[in-house]
Amino acid sequence: MATVEILGKQIEVDSDGCLVNLSDWNKEVAVEIAKSEGIELTEKHWQVIEFMRKVYEETGDAPSIRKLTKQSGVDTKELYSLFPGGPAKKAAKIAGLSKPKSCV
Amino acid sequence: MSEELKKVSIVISKGSLEGIYPGLIMANGARMEGIEANLFFTFFGLDAVINKRMDKIKVATVGNPGMHMPTLLGILPGMSAMATKMMQKEMDKLDIPPVREFIEMIHDTGCEIYGCKATVEMFHLKKEDFCEQVDDIITVGQFYEMSAGGEIIFT
Repeated sequence: MATVEILGKQIEVDSDGCLVNLSDWNKEVAVEIAKSEGIELTEKHWQVIEFMRKVYEETGDAPSIRKLTKQSGVDTKELYSLFPGGPAKKAAKIAGLSKPKSCV
Repeated sequence: MSEELKKVSIVISKGSLEGIYPGLIMANGARMEGIEANLFFTFFGLDAVINKRMDKIKVATVGNPGMHMPTLLGILPGMSAMATKMMQKEMDKLDIPPVREFIEMIHDTGCEIYGCKATVEMFHLKKEDFCEQVDDIITVGQFYEMSAGGEIIFT
């Protein structure tokens, strides 16, 4: 298992660079992961991240893009401009979750 | 990791529900992964972006061995509607939207949507017959031009 150094701590990540242990995540870590993806987190980003974490806690999986755009208050276009490299991958990664398992 | 896929151009050529959805799911999935995507609708696949038809897409119950029922049953009135309803219910559970909503969503992800010029001329269709997400009606030559540097997937 690979590790990356975030804020002076060695943190375990999977092959996609997502955190292995949910407990390693906190807001400061999220800011650092986002930076490494070239994203500076704004209030809108946090809205998406917090929604994703909430759904994950409830269902055990990150939300689908459809659910995300219908329920988080951030529409599809905005979602893609907030996370240009693909919202499924990037937002989940920054939120400290693994990639969503659903296809849509 | 080996080389990453950067771009896909997906052709949808069939107008049944099972002919349209795989291409839509692939286009949306590509965008979710940050892969650039174009959608090209040709022949009966164009029904997916024709305003009057896109909300009435049905499962083919005749000539479809995947239905696992005798073809003669498939011809019964209401059979296709029933199969379609059942499938839509299952798709909804998986958060797969109806065609119109899916097309809107895919277009919002930055995927461009095109209609095939030859088919449009053959079926005497006009630009106003299509939903607003259709970016342009293009020739096969233009399609190849915009597909350059990516993979082409025909469905």
